[in-house]
Amino acid sequence: MSRTWAFASNYLIYSAMAVYTLAFLAHAIETAWAVKVPNDTTKTLDYTRTEKVARIATAMMILGFILLFAGVVTRGISAGRVPWGNMYEFSITGALAFTGAYLGALRKYDLRWLGLLVSISVLLTLGTAVTVLYVPSAPLVPALKSPWLVIHVSTAIISGGVFLLANVIAAAYLYLDNMETKGERTAWAKRLPSLEVLDQLSYRLVAFVFPLWTFSVIAGAIWAESAWGRYWGWDPKETWAFITWVAYAAYLHARVTVGWRGRRAAWLCLLAGSTFLFNYVYVNIWGTGKHTYSGL
Amino acid sequence: MSQQTELPELDSVGVLRYAWRQLTSMRTALILLLMLGVASIPGSLFPQRTQNPIQVGQFFKDSPELARWMDRFYLFDVYGSPWFSAIYILLFISLIGCVLPRTIEHFQSARALPPSTPKNLSRMEHHSTWIADGSELEAARVWFKSKRFRVLEKDGSISAEKGFARETGNLFFHLALILVLLGISFSSLFGMRGEAIINIGERFVNTPTSYDTLTYGKLYKDGNLPAFMLTTDKFDAQYNLETSAPEDYTLDISLLREGGSVVEKKVIKVNSPLTIGSTRIYLQANGYSPVVTVRDSKGNVAFQGPVPFLPQDSNLRSIGAIKVPDAEPQIGFVGSFVPTYVRDPNGGGALSAFPKALDPRLLLAAWAGDLGLDSGIPQSVYRIDTSDMLQVGLKSLKPGEVFEYPGGSIKFEGYIQWVNLNFVADPGKNFALLGGIVAILGLLASLFTRRRRIWIRVGTQVEVAGLAKNDAPGLDVEMEQFVRMLKGEK
Repeated sequence: MSRTWAFASNYLIYSAMAVYTLAFLAHAIETAWAVKVPNDTTKTLDYTRTEKVARIATAMMILGFILLFAGVVTRGISAGRVPWGNMYEFSITGALAFTGAYLGALRKYDLRWLGLLVSISVLLTLGTAVTVLYVPSAPLVPALKSPWLVIHVSTAIISGGVFLLANVIAAAYLYLDNMETKGERTAWAKRLPSLEVLDQLSYRLVAFVFPLWTFSVIAGAIWAESAWGRYWGWDPKETWAFITWVAYAAYLHARVTVGWRGRRAAWLCLLAGSTFLFNYVYVNIWGTGKHTYSGL
Repeated sequence: MSQQTELPELDSVGVLRYAWRQLTSMRTALILLLMLGVASIPGSLFPQRTQNPIQVGQFFKDSPELARWMDRFYLFDVYGSPWFSAIYILLFISLIGCVLPRTIEHFQSARALPPSTPKNLSRMEHHSTWIADGSELEAARVWFKSKRFRVLEKDGSISAEKGFARETGNLFFHLALILVLLGISFSSLFGMRGEAIINIGERFVNTPTSYDTLTYGKLYKDGNLPAFMLTTDKFDAQYNLETSAPEDYTLDISLLREGGSVVEKKVIKVNSPLTIGSTRIYLQANGYSPVVTVRDSKGNVAFQGPVPFLPQDSNLRSIGAIKVPDAEPQIGFVGSFVPTYVRDPNGGGALSAFPKALDPRLLLAAWAGDLGLDSGIPQSVYRIDTSDMLQVGLKSLKPGEVFEYPGGSIKFEGYIQWVNLNFVADPGKNFALLGGIVAILGLLASLFTRRRRIWIRVGTQVEVAGLAKNDAPGLDVEMEQFVRMLKGEK
């Protein structure tokens, strides 16, 4: 029975990858066509030409999200637990959270231009997951058997998804800012939001998710206390979670209290986000310590 | 630079005041915060004594010169090092110096009324004006009250303010961080942490000598150890048949508390430690203790009992040493225990195929000579220094088998399991937890509260305007609602 579910999960994840590929292609076509839009002198672009394909792209992103969601859920059913027990499962859930953060933000802001980056990074994540990180579905080791697994890991994954989205936007900011200082934005880049909007958006994402990250770290500490006999032990994972926390705290202070905006804030945001990525990749795979659940 | 020319006029108080202002400035705090992040990095790259003393020892063995230099900079004790402490202590002083005056100021202003309406509202943001019909002031009063604005009404105008929770939350967040630090310091003074390996069926009496390792906080005394006694009755480990991964550990114990006359039956599992007063007991590791009987050439028993062996892999192939100092000459056995024996395809040694004892073997090398126990140099109980010894035999034993070597014999009676229990008293942890909870609540309040002022003045014209602090979004929407409400529109 559990094997059937595990197979179903694998098929769903492969299907999601196929759909994300279509979404990526649609976004690529949208971007490419926008570049070709002629008579750029008016500064307003002909959106109608790419509107249809952009809608298809977004529809594909939603479909991919649904398939991936089903894939993650069936994976959980096949193992008889929440699907956050090893790095393969962290990755597919992380990709799900990232798409979810993008689609959630899309309801409020016009972020379709980000779709290209989101779809390619989700594809890369899933590709790595199914090729390098895959491990068969299995029950958990005793230390992971706790209700805190759900609370700690889900909040960490959601925080990570939103942090990375903020990172992508900060990177876009720096790229466009560079372009504007050199001269004018190229044709396709004119469709992207103004620098001010990007700046605000990455800040709001971080401000929104920082308390959740704080909660995730504290939930982890409570769990560590009951599983390992100490709530904080400077385990590499804990250390880097702390570094991420400190870096984002510095970012928020720099913005709110000191009034950093624009380039400097974007760089600080990127720095903070990269500490999170480092923690996920380096500490999970090559690191030592108690958080070695990658299954590799 | 202007400060250069001012300096000679400063007396010592002035210098101190200047230093204090610098330390408590936001810029310094920000630098210290980033420094704290950077300073934490080396601790995750190099092995730390507190977590992994064996790896630190290995580092010293591999490159002693480099290790000695690194040790001078506390790179193996990063989180207890003077420079790490200096950063966070300065950060917290800076934080206190920043937050305390603000708390007092905020407390005073919390009871103050909003400043009166500015004379010229047309210069403010969100300004709009229209012909009054006379009901607006009353309507605004009701609206402000329903939205819990703090108001000051004067000369036909209302000045309303909202969003004090922002600063309140902000201050609570920072004060809560101080509470977390106090909790940690409290534990390091009054806490205790110990470890003991206990064979299943054996009794543990809570006295300092029962522990394998024991560390006290600076103000913790032997007498603070709670008096209790526990017996490990049964240990059950469940493993996945396909992957050998552990699935569940259960330890049953009998507990006798101080002054208690009834033996209590308790269960300890990995995620559910046992709590005795302020001490918690955690199940941290487990392994096998082969039980042996060693006899001398005359058949007298020189040693008998279980000897804990250290697991080396996930299938619990374990290594250990059996030392018999009372034999003449001294005898030592370097051993390896495999719970489920398979032959190592390369090399012919023994491997374990499964962590449960399905087909246990004890592989022994017997050494005779001087165990070196009287040299005063501390030795591992799992290893033997064979430099002054001579190997006298080599044998693989099934349970019940006897190995006879020149000068005596050893019988592999069987095996029992052992558990490693951690005993922890951490009296400050609840303060730290409380600090963490308050910090999150404060954070939520400070990040999601918008502080803003709205003014209305009614004469022949109605004039309204608003001001958002910290560029908080959403005031435009609120002003729109306000104006529509005043105009009697829905």
